[in-house]
Amino acid sequence: MSSEALVEIRDVNFAYDKRAILKGINMTFPKGKLIAVMGLSGCGKTTILRHIGGVLKPTKGYVKVDGQVIHDLDQEGLYRMRRKMGMLFQFGALFTDMTVFDNVAFQMREHTDLPEEIIRDLVMMKLHAVGLYGTQDLMPAELSGGMARRIALARTIALDPMLIMYDEPFAGLDPISLTVVGELIRRLNDALGATSIVVTHDVQESLKIVDYVYFVSDGAIIAEGSADEIRNSGESFVRQFVHGEMDGPIPFHYPGGNFNKDLGVRV
Amino acid sequence: MAIVSSLRSIGSRVINAVWRIGYASRFFMMTLLYSGLSFRRFRLTVREIFFSGVMSLIIILVAGMFVGMVLGLQGYETLKRYGSESALGSLVALSLVRELGPVLAALLFASRAGSAMTAEIGLMKATEQISAMEMMAVNPIARVVAPRFWAGVISMPLLAAMFSAMGVFGGYVVGVVLIGVDEGSFWSQMQGAVDFRHDVLNGVIKSFVFGVAVTVISLFEGYDAPPTAEGVSGATTRTVVQSSLAILMLDFMLTAFMFGE
Amino acid sequence: MERTTLDLWVGMFVVGGLAALVILAFKVGNLSTYNVSQSYQLQANFSNIGGLKAQASIKSAGVLVGRVTGISLDTKQYEARVVMSIDSRYQFPKDTIGKILTSGLLGEQYIGLDPGGDTVMLKGGDEIKQTQSAVVLEDMIGKFLYNKAEGGK
Repeated sequence: MSSEALVEIRDVNFAYDKRAILKGINMTFPKGKLIAVMGLSGCGKTTILRHIGGVLKPTKGYVKVDGQVIHDLDQEGLYRMRRKMGMLFQFGALFTDMTVFDNVAFQMREHTDLPEEIIRDLVMMKLHAVGLYGTQDLMPAELSGGMARRIALARTIALDPMLIMYDEPFAGLDPISLTVVGELIRRLNDALGATSIVVTHDVQESLKIVDYVYFVSDGAIIAEGSADEIRNSGESFVRQFVHGEMDGPIPFHYPGGNFNKDLGVRV
Repeated sequence: MAIVSSLRSIGSRVINAVWRIGYASRFFMMTLLYSGLSFRRFRLTVREIFFSGVMSLIIILVAGMFVGMVLGLQGYETLKRYGSESALGSLVALSLVRELGPVLAALLFASRAGSAMTAEIGLMKATEQISAMEMMAVNPIARVVAPRFWAGVISMPLLAAMFSAMGVFGGYVVGVVLIGVDEGSFWSQMQGAVDFRHDVLNGVIKSFVFGVAVTVISLFEGYDAPPTAEGVSGATTRTVVQSSLAILMLDFMLTAFMFGE
Repeated sequence: MERTTLDLWVGMFVVGGLAALVILAFKVGNLSTYNVSQSYQLQANFSNIGGLKAQASIKSAGVLVGRVTGISLDTKQYEARVVMSIDSRYQFPKDTIGKILTSGLLGEQYIGLDPGGDTVMLKGGDEIKQTQSAVVLEDMIGKFLYNKAEGGK
């Protein structure tokens, strides 16, 4: 990977109380690329996003965004940085008390002094970009899961961010919406010239669209590479994950002791 | 061993409670600190006045009317024994303006608007709307919490005044229209007994204090609720219980302070 | 920014609340008879004020002319010192008598002012020299019983 890095994560360790979540993570996210961070639920993927967003502070190491160490910024600096970021939350996190229009317009109204007519035009452009022009007067509760995710995507890119983060963008979507959202993520990344980070456990969908993959397990990176490298990886955990095998390094059984002994069966 | 463990659990509860009080105080200070937006963009606050104030209007007016009517009826029965039915007006008005208006309006407000605020903020947190706002570089305390706080603080005295006025009207309907107490003495005794500064203004101050207490408790419980269904429902219950207790305790303190010698 | 029905509702709510406050002030309360602007202070010593309280009314010929603003104990003579605020529309002669009276048998106590015939009027800060204390029911009953006992001997 040649081009300049937008986000750099170096030797990051993080622990909740005394439970270690991240153990020496090193990642580089070059400008303009679409990169996936994969792993099982609870392996620390979302924690990585939160570090990039400046919500959490690493116990060791640093996270640099656009050349600045994010956790050294004061509140104002952090907020200025976040205006250049967009984040799509797991289930969209649309504001349920506002219409679709107001949701997409939210950041424009909060952060700019644009007149209402221009905001209107911008919102319509964003809605058109995700293919949902015409839904502006609906409430989030009236949208299907896939539509809500796309509206949330429109809201995320409202201010044309340089960095877009996706937290499980494929969770709970039907196969058609899945393809649509995946395709949108790729297209928006290229159209906006942004850098995108997709945190997901949906292997097949994300391998179709991403440039590079980091594989995280138990707070550490165990594999990385392009989509093809990951598909053909020899690493047993990655194989189990990519091909969805039932048994492998991640056992089917919870380590719950000797089941036979519990039943009193002698084998 | 049982003693040690129960002592330990009491101790941890006490520490936890103190911790929460500290957190709640900091939350309150942050709300005040980030209140600028609520007034710069007053529309945000107006919207919340609609949801907490206007939506509580019906219950407040109906309850006020009935409380006044009951006061008229009971007061008449009692005063008749001493032959001083003409004091009915002052009895109804004083009890409403000093105590029942602010207290009952605040209790109704806590269960109608306070619980709704808690549930709304709790759900916004559970569905990551609060986190989303923070990631969009918008301070949720300034954008979500403070407008609701000021809406509650503005609505509460108005609601209490309407409750009292409605109650006096209810007392008038029962006492004068139905029972037949002399209308002139009803109003004149009332005006003789109710002092504007001592009674009416103190009632307004009370309801203002209750408004602060109820909204801070409601908003804090919502903001602090665990992001699950049980978490939000538990927080809603706690809002009603804690607000009611806070209202009654504050009422005692304020009454002792204002009307005590 | 355009007007919406929501604004109308909130406007009606605020107007209704303020109207209720005005009703409480003028119709229920005494603000209509209140003259906050002009008043002057008088003082008086009573040997016993009974149950008189701050904010009690001061009446002359049954008309409300002011309010009690302060009560304290004068430790020189061990008498109650009462400060009164009197509406400046009303002037009283120097030899006015202040009495503590009770409205009805068990009603609340107030100060009645009986004007004398002096041509010099009381000014702010002056003292009412002649006063009559409250009638304390227990004292009266005590006296009555004592007299009975005396008479029966």
